[in-house]
Amino acid sequence: MSASSSTSQVVLDGNETGFATTRLDALLGWARKYSLFAYPFVTACCGMEFMALNSPRFDLARFGAEAPRFSPRQADLLWVVGTISQRQAPVLRRIYEQMMEPKYVLAFGTCASCGGFYDNYTTVPGIDKIIPTDVYVPGCPPRPEAVLDGLMLLQDKIASGDRRAAIVKPRTDPVPALTNIRKNPTLELREARANSKLEKRREEAAHEKDHDHEAKKASKSAASPVRPSTIPPPSKEELEIEEAWEDDGGNNTHDEGSSEDES
Amino acid sequence: MSEAVLAKLKETFAADILETHSDHGDDTARVTPASWLAISEFLRNDAGCDFDMFIDLCGVDYPSRGGVVDAGGRMEVVMHLYSTTKKHRVRLKTRVGDEDMAGADLDSVTHIWPGANWLEREVYDMSGVTFKGHPDLRRILMYPEFEGHPLLKDYPAQRTQPLIPYRTEDEAGVPLEKLPPFRADEGMSFGRRPFTETDEPS
Repeated sequence: MSASSSTSQVVLDGNETGFATTRLDALLGWARKYSLFAYPFVTACCGMEFMALNSPRFDLARFGAEAPRFSPRQADLLWVVGTISQRQAPVLRRIYEQMMEPKYVLAFGTCASCGGFYDNYTTVPGIDKIIPTDVYVPGCPPRPEAVLDGLMLLQDKIASGDRRAAIVKPRTDPVPALTNIRKNPTLELREARANSKLEKRREEAAHEKDHDHEAKKASKSAASPVRPSTIPPPSKEELEIEEAWEDDGGNNTHDEGSSEDES
Repeated sequence: MSEAVLAKLKETFAADILETHSDHGDDTARVTPASWLAISEFLRNDAGCDFDMFIDLCGVDYPSRGGVVDAGGRMEVVMHLYSTTKKHRVRLKTRVGDEDMAGADLDSVTHIWPGANWLEREVYDMSGVTFKGHPDLRRILMYPEFEGHPLLKDYPAQRTQPLIPYRTEDEAGVPLEKLPPFRADEGMSFGRRPFTETDEPS
């Protein structure tokens, strides 16, 4: 029982019968994380970003959370989008109390998370002062990607049964090389390819010199920061770009080359 | 353009017009609080003035003026008027209240311009000026339980008056000063104590 508690996919054919075991709360969590019915409590400018989130470009429906329910009794997830004033606080509390268990709260934006730049008599300094909050999404307003991060964070928490508060951390571009390639395609590709050639040569040299495994490992770990295995062989178009770049000698004289091509 | 209006006011209410100016073409008259209603009625009803549009009303707090003799009161009430027929506008000011806002009351002009109703309520709510003769002088922006008037300079900037009690530490399970996942240095930069090494979660 304990060994088979993890969920796995079993396909049965024809007359085969069988059963699968899982924990009940794991099954419920799996079901709940993909059917979040949302109650949007939208009070301020973050609402514009919330609309973008619901639009096809970011497509909240991919996460099974696109259906709004304007009755709190039918909702699982309370989106608090924007500034909550002291006068609104009782309303928000009432909405939260009307929701059915299990219920989750997502603080959308800095104002909902901690009051934002309103540090005065009108504003509640964070909705966690009046209702328990599961996920905080900072930003003024947060990008839709950050909100999607928050939603996925909430889904993970639902699946694992973790009710502690969590915050969406700022995200940097995981592959800076991608950004640079967009800016200057040929230069980045040339660097990456030169690095991969260098590493190949190093490997060959290490092979010839010494068949010891440790030496080989050391040469690998000393290789370039760009992972050579992920760089595909240059396509025909890329080679053409590269040739043009080399012909130019780095100068911006693309006009001549293009006119020659046309003639 | 409408300095004719100021001239007319001076002519009619000589002693009640304390000062006038027309900086940048904005005709302004500071008047005594006692003549507020009479001057308003004159501006509305006089054929040459005919101010039929009530633009704005607000209170401006100058705490340092409260105790100064001859400076008038601490709270300056400013009214903007416009005439849709004569195409001219005028600004009317008066000062009420001493340093403790005692005697900060003024005649309501709601029966002259019905549009003044909510604006007088706002000035009452935010600045604490009482308008005599107002039909329904209640708070308009803040809630009835609110104590004090937040736009007075001596109202503490960060003092909140929650309508419902905040969650207690027992309910939240942690000190509410800063709930996790926020650390002391997170949130907005001002109003928070600086981050120290002891704030690191062990």
